[in-house]
Amino acid sequence: MAENNVRIYALSTCSHCKATKKFLSECQVTYDIIDVDLLDGDERRAILEDVKKINPRCSFPTIKIGDKVIVGYKEQEIKEALGLP
Amino acid sequence: MNIDKLYEQLKSIQEPRGYFFNSDKPFVLGLLESLAANKDRYGYMACPCRLSSGDRDLDKDIVCPCVYREADVREFGSCYCGLYVSDKWNEGKMPHVYVPERRPPEKNFF
Repeated sequence: MAENNVRIYALSTCSHCKATKKFLSECQVTYDIIDVDLLDGDERRAILEDVKKINPRCSFPTIKIGDKVIVGYKEQEIKEALGLP
Repeated sequence: MNIDKLYEQLKSIQEPRGYFFNSDKPFVLGLLESLAANKDRYGYMACPCRLSSGDRDLDKDIVCPCVYREADVREFGSCYCGLYVSDKWNEGKMPHVYVPERRPPEKNFF
């Protein structure tokens, strides 16, 4: 798979989000991190709308890999979505 | 806040109630630091793995220990964050699985 557009909606304090960021880095994937708890006002509201569209529960981490969405630190699902063995 | 002291304090309160800290101590200390960070910024220990509204009343169900801990530990052996677990979970007598979010979604929209 060519250059992935990988994005993690996270919380700066969340243990599962930290583990997911670490895992994505170990997979040598370039990815966007959006720590929603560090945003406020309109920016936060806009991002939450984005999250709600792909994860109605609005829980974290919510990971978008291409058109796939993974909720929670699920290593195997992340690997498969990245096309890694 | 002294995290090691917080660790000992909470441990002595929670273990008699059947809630044990995850045996991965660095992981626990990381979460306790996050709880202390939330105490600093919100004034209460909002759950580190859930988006806080900043309003204690709206967040009363997710002030740690959250109201969902009991059901999560009973069903999965672990709370949503992995901070509190059952003795069986720590002893590896039950699988370590992803704990889905039990909190009703509408509580997330403030």
